[in-house]
Amino acid sequence: MTLAPNPLAAPAATLAATPRPTMIEFRDVHKYYGDYHALRGITATIRAGEFFSLLGPSGCGKTTLLRTIAGFEGISSGAVLIDGKDMQGVPANVRPTNMVFQSYAIFPHLTVAQNVGFGLRREGGTAAEKARRVDEALEMVGLKGYGARAAHALSGGQRQRVALARALILKPKVLLLDEPLSALDKKMREQMQVELIRLQRQVGITFILVTHDQEEALVMSDRIAVMFEGQIAQLADPEMLYRRPATRQVADFIGVMNFLPATVTSEAAGRIAIDVQGLGPCEIDAGQAPGALTGGAAEVGFRPETLTILYDGQTATDRETPGTIEEVVYYGDMTYYDVKLDGVDRPVRISMRNVFGRPVLDIRTRTRVAWSPGALVLFR
Amino acid sequence: MEDQGWWGRFRRSESFAGLALVSPTALYALLLLAAPLATILLYSFLTDGDTQTRIVWDFTLDNYIATLTEPLYRAVMIRSLSVSILVTAVTVILAFPVAYYVSFHVAPQRKSLWLFLITIPFWTSYLIRVFLWKVILGYNGVINSGLTTLGIIDEPLTFILYNVNAIVITLAHAYAPFAILPIFVALEKIDRSLLEAGQDLGESKAMTFLRVTLPLAMPGVVAAVLIVLIPTVGDYVTPQIIGGGKIPMVANLIQSRMLDLDNRPLGSALAVVAMLVVTVVALAFVALNARFLKVKK
Repeated sequence: MTLAPNPLAAPAATLAATPRPTMIEFRDVHKYYGDYHALRGITATIRAGEFFSLLGPSGCGKTTLLRTIAGFEGISSGAVLIDGKDMQGVPANVRPTNMVFQSYAIFPHLTVAQNVGFGLRREGGTAAEKARRVDEALEMVGLKGYGARAAHALSGGQRQRVALARALILKPKVLLLDEPLSALDKKMREQMQVELIRLQRQVGITFILVTHDQEEALVMSDRIAVMFEGQIAQLADPEMLYRRPATRQVADFIGVMNFLPATVTSEAAGRIAIDVQGLGPCEIDAGQAPGALTGGAAEVGFRPETLTILYDGQTATDRETPGTIEEVVYYGDMTYYDVKLDGVDRPVRISMRNVFGRPVLDIRTRTRVAWSPGALVLFR
Repeated sequence: MEDQGWWGRFRRSESFAGLALVSPTALYALLLLAAPLATILLYSFLTDGDTQTRIVWDFTLDNYIATLTEPLYRAVMIRSLSVSILVTAVTVILAFPVAYYVSFHVAPQRKSLWLFLITIPFWTSYLIRVFLWKVILGYNGVINSGLTTLGIIDEPLTFILYNVNAIVITLAHAYAPFAILPIFVALEKIDRSLLEAGQDLGESKAMTFLRVTLPLAMPGVVAAVLIVLIPTVGDYVTPQIIGGGKIPMVANLIQSRMLDLDNRPLGSALAVVAMLVVTVVALAFVALNARFLKVKK
């Protein structure tokens, strides 16, 4: 997995410097389908102009939550507010939201231009003005001159662009995207990710994306809500989510995380002393241990790239632990090593960027692994 | 080398295999459909003879002139057409909500049961169903005696039998499944997210129905209209039994000219004109709907 930083995303500092008003607010939202408890007390806010993602495995309730914003699903209790207004009893057609459906839902009996202009019927303006707006919208999504085409003659990527243009032409306060990229091939998907980010910057509308693809969420979002079984497990920006996952489940879902058993030996003044199998005793910051601690048995997690295999002559800046390489997976730009640290019963995964002139190590090589207590996350 | 030559090559070709496969059906259709049609067409240009000769081989257009100018024939033709258009309208308008309900509001696992129930009228013969309607609608029929017993009416209602209303009721019932099924199929094919998209783009449920559901269901409606319109124009049994023979439609007229009056050329001309009228009406309807279909090509 590559996690290139989003080149178009605004730096985190500017986001923090200009606090944005709230666009969507969930207040203890519950949703039942018969006996099935689909949403279990969702409380969260989404800010105006934000690229927000709902991330989770299938069946976690992310699409249901999106549909409560659009008005396609009622809620059993709680409240959904859009721009400060309670949406209880407000039907989908008058909500200030528009949606890009997973199937794109392009009207097959209409042309591209008729699809894009579908929602303009209720708006004022002359036919010429509406035609101009349709042209503008098509140009924005890179489909200039496609207006007269029959909708069913489009490719998957083109259909998605039509769906985007059709939604954005109405200048909604919120654009809802239900797994819009899942039907595209990898190359097209990566291209559309960048285009969606560009579009969102251009129009400044709040985008809410539903996805099960953690990489997609990390690349595109300002903030991400990770959902499991109808609840939000963690709501944070991508970096926080990746570096400090709140639960073991989140850590496991996003990227690769190594886990080792550990015991908490003492806890005082914002510092926690732990003893990790294989790595030995160390001290971490209280911020590295999300959730309440009960003391005793726990688990630490660390990302593959926070470990470094030391070559001869190299020394660790912080801590080092000996081990044996058990498996080597060569990826071109990267190599993954599964290393069994001394005193640990299962191997940990280490990712190393391949550098010119530095050999890829062999299986069964004895090696030293450099690590830092600051990169650990403690789960109870 | 007897397999050389065109016959040998032909026998081994794919078109021979194809022809061999379709030939029983083709022969059957040729003998029982094309040949009688050709005979009718031929007869319509001949002259009526006496009971012995039946026809005289004198080519003439008199039959067509009579068919098109005789007020009685014209009246019957117009009546046939209006009755079938009325029946089609009633059937399709009543069938649409049924098809819509089954497609949109019946749980998927119950849909086949509903379709099964809709086809129940087919379990009895058409003739028996028509007789049953006579029993229901008749002067001393179920409706009249029921209403009289309940004291709602003093005298039997007369507008429900031996008139066009009764014919329309009977035919609309007989052809309802033919209309429901194609409309149901068209509705089933509509991606449900299209309806959500319609509402999402600001349209009410009613407007979404008009702008999305209805245009997408039109192929089914067109099929239903043609399936009901074409056979009802030439329906013979219902006007005979329900109409009591007092309000003949074109099929009854053809029968009386052909058999009762033994004027086969005139009956043939009537039949040909009836076929042409149905074809023109059907084509006109399809052309009218072409705008609903053109994008889907």
